[in-house]
Amino acid sequence: MTVDESKLDSIIDKHDVEEGSLIPILQDIQTEYSYLPKEALEHVSQRLNIPMVQIFGVATFFKAFSLKPKGKNQIHVCMGTACHVRGAKNVLENLERELGIKAGDTTDDGEYTLETVNCVGACALGPVVVNNEKHHGQMTPIKVESLLSTKPV
Amino acid sequence: MSENTERPRGEMVTFSLNGSYVQADPKWSLLEAMQFYGLNIPTLCHDEGLTPYGTCRLCVVEIGKGDRSKLVASCMHPVREGLEVRSHSSRVMKTRKMIMELLVARCPSSKKLQDMASMMELKEVRFEPANDDCILCGLCVRMCEEQMAAKAIGFAGRGTDRYITTPFDMTSDECRKCGACMYICPVCELRCQGPQAETTLCSGCINTEPVCAEKYDDATCFMVPCLSCVKGPMDVK
Ligand code: SF4
Ligand code: SF4
Ligand code: FES
Ligand code: FES
Repeated sequence: MTVDESKLDSIIDKHDVEEGSLIPILQDIQTEYSYLPKEALEHVSQRLNIPMVQIFGVATFFKAFSLKPKGKNQIHVCMGTACHVRGAKNVLENLERELGIKAGDTTDDGEYTLETVNCVGACALGPVVVNNEKHHGQMTPIKVESLLSTKPV
Repeated sequence: MSENTERPRGEMVTFSLNGSYVQADPKWSLLEAMQFYGLNIPTLCHDEGLTPYGTCRLCVVEIGKGDRSKLVASCMHPVREGLEVRSHSSRVMKTRKMIMELLVARCPSSKKLQDMASMMELKEVRFEPANDDCILCGLCVRMCEEQMAAKAIGFAGRGTDRYITTPFDMTSDECRKCGACMYICPVCELRCQGPQAETTLCSGCINTEPVCAEKYDDATCFMVPCLSCVKGPMDVK
């Protein structure tokens, strides 16, 4: 993927061009491209004068950043304690089977990214699945399948 | 001790080291002061030419009195007027040994770790050996950045997934193949191929342990290896 440098520059220029702005800039790039393209990181490295390896360290440290393109639909299955005891594992396994991917991966057609999280703070509703930031409580392996068929693109 | 029992001379600060009052340059770390006074403190992530980093925790010492004492990494702790430092209390030695045990379990193939374990009279490793090739001491990262000015390698990932790598895990253009990172790495070195080359803990060189520490709560001498109060080699597991 080629990255438009002027667009990147406009993202960078919204912040102070200094080391401390690295994370907010990466967040904006992540929002813009749904991942952190390598070329974009190289550009940030030059503009902010931060070594590439340090940016790579930050980008791999936070779960909010991804180095691989994310799918259009992001499904987060809560694997926190409460959801776990209520059977989140089966919910996840069924999603993995339906989508044909493992947690952390994206489907080949770029539609879905499946991820696990640890407690989204709605334990009473467990097992919780967050589909494109919308929470769905009391999920079962059968019920989650309806999330896939509606495809809210 | 009260802070004015001993007058600092010039710019120096005075603190108590294993019960004796000593003076040190206020810019020193505790580790530097202890090394200046000839104490042998085990370190793994420290190097004179690099910024202290405080990851291995082998250099722990006990500071403060009685049950208010605490363990600190001496390479990161500044000397301060009136500190009370114990470098070889039984608590310190127990802690160091435990850290060593964990490190050896992580990388049993490292000669440096095995040698240090022997030096500390470590006699068993109760953890599953991980057979890793990095203890994440960060020496290579600091070496590359501070002495080679290359900044080619660094940490990536987080927690148990943390590892040393180049950006995007690809051959780096910044790296000038100087080999300094390998030179300084405590783990990139095969251990001695003696009779116990395959075991988690070699400990071929151990023969004694400081029996005094248990009795007096401090080791009473700092000889390396400990020779007084000798136990025979047969006592070694
Ligand atoms: S060999 Fe490369 S990575 Fe290692 S210290 Fe030298 S420049 Fe850095
Ligand atoms: S590769 Fe070696 S020097 Fe670098 S962090 Fe790991 S153990 Fe330390
Ligand atoms: S454990 Fe799933 S919401 Fe708390
Ligand atoms: S030498 Fe002090 S923590 Fe490693």
